[in-house]
This record gives sequence, structure tokens and C-alpha cells, in this order.
Amino acid sequence: MKEAEHQEDAIIANDLRKVFSEIIAVDSISFTVHKGEIFGFLGPNGAGKTTTARMLTGVMQPDSGSAAIFGHDIVSDPIRAKQRCGVVPETANAYTDISAWQNLMLMGELYGVPKHYAEERAASLLKALGLLERKDQKVQGFSKGMKQRLILAMALLHEPDLLFLDEPTSGLDVQSTHLITGMLRELNNTGTTIFLTTHNMDEANRLCDRVAIIRKGRIAAIDSPERLKMAIERLHTIEVSFDPAQTADDPTTLPGIKSARREGDKWVITTEDVDSTIHAITAYGAEQGVKIGMLRTLAPTLDEAFLRLTGADSA
Amino acid sequence: MNPESFIEQAKRAFAITKKDIRIYYLKGPVIIFGLFMPLFLFLAFAVGNRGLSMPFLISGLLAMTVFFTATAVSPVIQPWEAQARTLERLIACPITMRTLIAGDMFASVLFGIGIAAVPIGIGALLGIVPLHPLLLLAGIILASVCFSALGLLLSTPATNVPSNIMMLSSLLKFPLVFISGVFIPVEQLPFWGQVLAVCSPLTYFTDIARYCIMETNTFPLAVNFAALAAFSVTFTLLAIRLHARTVSRRI
Repeated sequence: MKEAEHQEDAIIANDLRKVFSEIIAVDSISFTVHKGEIFGFLGPNGAGKTTTARMLTGVMQPDSGSAAIFGHDIVSDPIRAKQRCGVVPETANAYTDISAWQNLMLMGELYGVPKHYAEERAASLLKALGLLERKDQKVQGFSKGMKQRLILAMALLHEPDLLFLDEPTSGLDVQSTHLITGMLRELNNTGTTIFLTTHNMDEANRLCDRVAIIRKGRIAAIDSPERLKMAIERLHTIEVSFDPAQTADDPTTLPGIKSARREGDKWVITTEDVDSTIHAITAYGAEQGVKIGMLRTLAPTLDEAFLRLTGADSA
Repeated sequence: MNPESFIEQAKRAFAITKKDIRIYYLKGPVIIFGLFMPLFLFLAFAVGNRGLSMPFLISGLLAMTVFFTATAVSPVIQPWEAQARTLERLIACPITMRTLIAGDMFASVLFGIGIAAVPIGIGALLGIVPLHPLLLLAGIILASVCFSALGLLLSTPATNVPSNIMMLSSLLKFPLVFISGVFIPVEQLPFWGQVLAVCSPLTYFTDIARYCIMETNTFPLAVNFAALAAFSVTFTLLAIRLHARTVSRRI
């Protein structure tokens, strides 16, 4: 791979493959994560998400293929690649026999952050994550949510350009989940690229610019959440109500509409082309001299897209 | 900042050393295997072998304490880290395997050097003062490096159960104590025992300690130091190579 060609991409994975005792965990997957985006990595248990994340973070070496982090190959140039990344592994823990502050200072030293800057940054991160008052307490007394917030702070101490998170909010309380997702949004707004492995479809839907769905070690689809949702259904449903509800003509004759039925004071319309139909409905309202009281599209959820693409709904 | 530079990696190794000292050195198994075990072995031999002189026993205690202590922590750090789920976070950091091994090893070396003060202090209380203190210090430092590297080599099997490694480590350490001249002078061992003694790094440090405390030695001093240095280099290189292979299997 020519590193200089891809400086604008945060991650370039090419034919990554990993086999454990004849079981193919990751089967020659390729994808690119653009600088500044939040990239979701979704898949059922055992699909190869964590193995992929471990190969990308240099924890595990691929059997074949390559991956580059901001142009630095993770196998041949691991130190420079890792220096740009912050990592929140799935099963990781902070050191429980030392304090939150000592954990953060250790990270500062391991990433070569000057001491005075590490102290300022640690204080600001602990404050933002609601842990400042507990900074001198040993981590063994922390709840799961507090530990996870601390691990996120540890990953962010050196201000990484790319943040890997493997199931960061799995099993957490609402407050911790809210704090973590809020911080991820802020980080992304300031330019941090985020690679998020998650089971949480709602989280992926709300946070990610693009998601990859992995199934049995292979990538089943990569696209934005909305496009993935749209892509799995040929027919989409639109609900619309008019004010007044009675119109001279039925909207069933509008172009592009497959079917339309009345349910109470609203129309339920099915179409293959959402965009054209919405335009047609607004034109129809103007023509009939009625206001549109409500209009909504009932697209499939990301859950449905996920189940369809991973084949779980046919099981 | 060049994260790959020697100085930067050395600083990061030192951070690992500080972490190890803070976290692992006051754990029960370290105190028991590093300090109490050799002390009780010493007492058993001191009581049971009334023919052996006190300087002989003190030099043996010194060798045994440094050996047990330096090999008490280093083998179990990585299994402990894997079990506590901190290892993945650590190896995702921008550090090389050499840095990780150097950090763990340095912590163990410092502990080995520090603990040597205990048998030397016991000797001083009994009126036994080293005749060549600087040479003894050099021997303690080199032996601590060598035994720490041996400890790290013992921890290469990909397990995250510290007791498995401790069992393996004890299986090697106890026989070594008996064939390395700690309680029985090498010259008095049977031929097969003498052959095994030559293969044990502990033999060379025991010989250095004995020379520094009572001016008797089996091998020339240069041979003792050269052998310890050769063992240190071999164990360290092997540990780095094997850990690089097995570390991802611990996670």
C-alpha cells in the first residue's frame, strides 16, 4: 500500500484475514474509514468485530492482508500507528489497585504526553466525565459505569486523532451512556475520527455517519444508516393527513403510488420512490387547497436492516 | 516527539516499571515466594546442618533471596495483567515488546537489588560483613537482571492464570537451589550434579557471593560474571521473541 496516497483516510483495511484453529474469524475484509467520520461496525456475536478491531489496533497480527492508520501500516509501523489512536477495548479494565489519577498519568507516560499537559488534560477529562471528585480513589471501588468512563478518559488523554471503541456502552447505566455518547459527539465535532463497534442499533443509528455490517467474518454492507434502512425495503410506507380531511379527489391516483388506503383521518400510502411521492403529495395538497396536517415516512429500522443483512431474521 | 526513539521508549519502559512496583510488589505471593520462602529454607538448613559456617549460609541465603525475589514477580505480571483485563489496553499503547519486557524486567531487577539488603543485614547482625562490597553489588545487579529475565522467560506460556505460571516456576526454581551450591558446595556434588550446576545461572551468583563474603570460589570471577551476562542476554532475547508470539493468545 502506498502510504502517502491515503493520508486523508483514517483507516484503510485491505483483505484483512484472521483464522483461529481452522475457524475463519475475519475473512479478507476491506473497507475505508474517512477522516472525521463516525464509523459503526455492527454484527452479531462471533461475526469478527472484536478480532477486526484488535487487528486494527495492533493487539493482534492479521494472518494476511494489511491495515493502515493515517498511512502508517499497523504491522510494519505499529508505534506511529498506535500513537495516533485511543483505544477502549471491549473487555478492558483500568488498573484497580491504583487511583483514577494514577491510571491517567500512566497513560500519559505511555503516550509520551508532557507531565504538566497530562495533568491539565486529566483534570479536564475527569471533570467532563463526572469523576473529578473520585480522582484519588482506587478504581476497585468504582462502579462499572465509572470504570468505563475512566477507560474512555484514559483513551483520550493524548488527544488521539482516531478513537476505537468496542461496545463502549454495553451494560452501562443511563447516566454513563449519556455522558459517553455526548462526549463522542463532541469529539467528532472537533475532528476526531471514531471507529465504533456496537450491538446497539439505536446508538449506531444516532451516532454513525456510516456503518459496516459484518456477518461470519465478511462485510455484508457498508453505507449510511438511512441508506441501509432504505436499501432493504423496495416498498416504503408514507402516512399523511390533510386538513380538512375530506378532499375532492382521492390521492390514490397520484403518480408512483402502489397503494393508498384510508385509516381514520390519515392516508397510508405505499410507494417505491419516497422522494417523488412526497413531492406529489405536497403538490396534491396545494392543488386541492388543503393543508398537510402530518406527513411521515415509515422506513425500516436499522434493527430490521441489520437482521435482514445478517440473515438473522430468516433463522 | 519521535515515539520510536530509544529515549522515548526507555521513558515508557520506566512508566511500566513504576506501574509494576505500585501494583504487583506488595501482593502476597511476591512477599511469600520472594522473602519468606528463602528465609525459611535458610533456617531449615541452618538448623539441620550444624557443620556449615555462618558466612557460607549467609552467602547462600543472599543468592537464594535474590534468585527467589527476582523470579517471584516477573513470571506472573503478564498472566496477572491478562486476568485483570489490563493487558489488551497495555499492548494497544505505542510501545514495543522490547519496551514492555524491559519495563517488567527493570521492576523485578530493582526489587531483587532492594531485597538483597535483607540477608546482608542479617549477616551484619551476625558480624558477617562483605569483604568485597562493590564486587558484590555488581554481582547482585547482574544476577537480578539474569534472574528477572529468567522469570520473564518462564511466563511465556500463553495462560492468564498466574498460579499455572507459579507452579511451572517453582518446578524449576527449587531444584536449581539444590544444584547451585547454595546449601551444598558444588565440589561436593556428584558428577551429574556438577554438570547440572554448570548449567544453572544461580551457581555463578552463589560463587560470586561466596567470594565476596568468605573469599572462596569454585570458578574464576571473570567466568562467573561472563556466564551471568551470557545467561541474561539469552533469556532476555528469548523472552522478547516468545512473548511477541504468545501475547495476543492471552487476551
